[in-house]
Amino acid sequence: MRGTNVTQISELSESHTIAVLVDNEAGVLGRVIGLFSGRGYNIESLTVSEVDHRERLSRINIVTTGTPMVIEQIKAQLGRLVPIHRVRDLTSDGPSVQRELALVKVASTGERRVESLRIADIFRARVVDSTNESFVFEIVGKTGKLDAFIRLMEPLGLIDVSRTGVAAISRGMDSL
Amino acid sequence: MLQQRMTGAEIVLKALVDQGVEVVFGYPGGAVLPLYDAIFKQNRIRHILTRHEQAAVHAAEGYARSTGKVGVVLVTSGPGATNAVTGLLDALLDSVPLVCLSGQVPTQLIGTDAFQEADTTGITRPCTKHNYLVKDVETLAGVMHEAFHVARTGRPGPVVVDLPKNVQVAEGTYIQAEQVRHKSYRPPVKGDATQIEKAVALMASAKRPVFYCGGGVVNSGPAACAALADLVHATGYPITLTLQGLGAFPASDSQFLGMLGMHGTYEANLAMHGCDVMVAIGARFDDRVTGKIDGFAPNAQIIHVDVDAASINKNVHSDIAIIGDAGSVIADMRVVWEAQGYRPDAEALTQWWRQIDTWRARKCLAFGASDTVIKPQLAIKRLHELSKHLDTYITTEVGQHQMWAAQHFPFDQPQHWMTSGGLGTMGYGFPSALGVQIAHPESLVVCIAGEASFMMNMQEIATAVQYQLPVKVFILNNCYMGMVRQWQELLHGSRYSESHTEALPDIVKLADAFGATGMVVSNPAELDATITRMIETPGPVLVDVRVDPFENCFPMIPSGATHDNMLLGELVGGRGPAVTEAGKGLV
Ligand SMILES: Cc1ncc(C[n+]2csc(CCOP(=O)(O)OP(=O)(O)O)c2C)c(N)n1
Ligand SMILES: [Mg+2]
Repeated sequence: MRGTNVTQISELSESHTIAVLVDNEAGVLGRVIGLFSGRGYNIESLTVSEVDHRERLSRINIVTTGTPMVIEQIKAQLGRLVPIHRVRDLTSDGPSVQRELALVKVASTGERRVESLRIADIFRARVVDSTNESFVFEIVGKTGKLDAFIRLMEPLGLIDVSRTGVAAISRGMDSL
Repeated sequence: MLQQRMTGAEIVLKALVDQGVEVVFGYPGGAVLPLYDAIFKQNRIRHILTRHEQAAVHAAEGYARSTGKVGVVLVTSGPGATNAVTGLLDALLDSVPLVCLSGQVPTQLIGTDAFQEADTTGITRPCTKHNYLVKDVETLAGVMHEAFHVARTGRPGPVVVDLPKNVQVAEGTYIQAEQVRHKSYRPPVKGDATQIEKAVALMASAKRPVFYCGGGVVNSGPAACAALADLVHATGYPITLTLQGLGAFPASDSQFLGMLGMHGTYEANLAMHGCDVMVAIGARFDDRVTGKIDGFAPNAQIIHVDVDAASINKNVHSDIAIIGDAGSVIADMRVVWEAQGYRPDAEALTQWWRQIDTWRARKCLAFGASDTVIKPQLAIKRLHELSKHLDTYITTEVGQHQMWAAQHFPFDQPQHWMTSGGLGTMGYGFPSALGVQIAHPESLVVCIAGEASFMMNMQEIATAVQYQLPVKVFILNNCYMGMVRQWQELLHGSRYSESHTEALPDIVKLADAFGATGMVVSNPAELDATITRMIETPGPVLVDVRVDPFENCFPMIPSGATHDNMLLGELVGGRGPAVTEAGKGLV
């Protein structure tokens, strides 16, 4: 007979990107964040912005990790919040595109400065600000690519990073 | 349509009337004066003044749970709202429909640390099903109607509407409830037909089935409870109920195994442990029910019916999940059972009942007899005997007395039993009883209390006296926070740290001081006469029942143990396993 309890089902944590369509009203982000902190769920990345100005709807993209049962709980708990219209798991409901933007400031001179430019070129990062002793690079891509770029910049004078968090959307015809 | 202009306070009152509200429990203050003025000027809605905002919320809970209607609370800003918080969380955890109106400082002062300002929507966000801060009087009527809709539908719960004072005096337009359609909130009602068919097929194939039902059935309404009884009778299967579910199925029915869980019966817990098919309806696999989760119902296939999708697969994985209203799903199940011509496996069922009867024969609720000291269990049994000819409602406080009431006071009807289960709030029972009595003025309403819990909201004697609410407070006085003492005995070497209730007031004099009637009884021979006198005395009555201070509540599944590892009372086989070290760290 198969086991019926939570812990036997799976102990393996997975990362999921969840998209949520909400009424853009006061406190709605607080409800979502409070749900995650109150119930001990992880937030690895969270982005929020109004996507329909006429209907005043915002889209929240959340990257979270948990066992399959916890991920199911997160989706059910989100679905229960009154101002939430839709909850969609972009990781399990078919393929999706995920992008993040980072602004990366590197302060260096001489060979290290040249090297930072060379790596930026490989990663297709753009220079959006420069002084004699610094660059600000803009890089867009998957989280892993941004992580790699930032790691490479560390020995080359990295002094500041600003990241947007993940924006995600399903591939193909369907919409949230 | 003619547009009606009125003040915010008038809009609130009109919305309450249109929502069918008859009574509001509350306490005034600066930020709600316009609302209190509007109450003064009308006579459709009755206001009950409690003596503490927490009590107002519990009274509204008692009103709601005994009627199935939404309970309404009105409190002022700041301390009024924070005093209500415990009651709101209590209602959230036990799924009680409430609308709590709170005053707020004027919108232009919000965020300035104004006098009696509190971030009420922030504080109550995790304690409510939903909440609103109304900044514009033109949205007020819509929010009021929405609040009632959210509170009463789906899995019911408390909703706070925070009302800045300037919004209460501003003029706006009233709209009818029918004109409001919520943009996103769509609670489920009907369960998925295919899932229901699969579930009923599994039920029919069961060899050792059990129904495990909870407060969700009670919340779904008396019709849902009647449908449940019909389904249970059609199958012939045993049924156990949770603490909140008591009354959803008649306790006097031979298919009822009693309550399950930490202080549930031997037969109910062992049936859960040994079943091959479990039909869970409107119950949420709470830790007080499951015991150690790894060893819970190890051989069961689980069907779980719940209106709240988040309750499914939260603590225990279910094999067939049905999201929908209990009453609707039960009725559909019954139709499928009939239509498919399903019959229980008669031979297997006979064997299963034979097994259950051996468990029943342990008589796990038996307790010692004494002619010198009143046993608390006996007091409850006698209370039931002497009140069963009446329409009796029972509320409880929290502790041993609560569990003894659940074990020894049988309920044949829903909505007659009000107890704080999820939050376990001492101080719930007495104000809750006041709300029940308001809703049922002709019925007998008894709060079964512990002396420590009673003191948490005893100021409400004044409310009972003011409105001449004939509530009877039946205090099982063991001079201890008995449930704490019991755990200290079992887990902490009988070191009774701070659990003795010192300096208790004289209950008779206390009642007298408030203008109520007080009684005291310590001799078992006088117990019946005292109970009868309590029932027959008009007005509020407090009875100090001096009970055996060292009685413990059994059966008990100790923390960290499974259903088949129960501690039984000494009379019925005595001690089970000792509490493990890991168990000591659990609540
Ligand atoms: C507000 C609150 N504080 C503390 C507790 C912890 N607690 C649970 S039962 C209990 C003792 C209750 O004593 P009493 O009301 O005399 O009931 P008894 O167990 O003696 O029947 C306590 C302190 C609680 N449940 N609620
Ligand atoms: Mg006590």
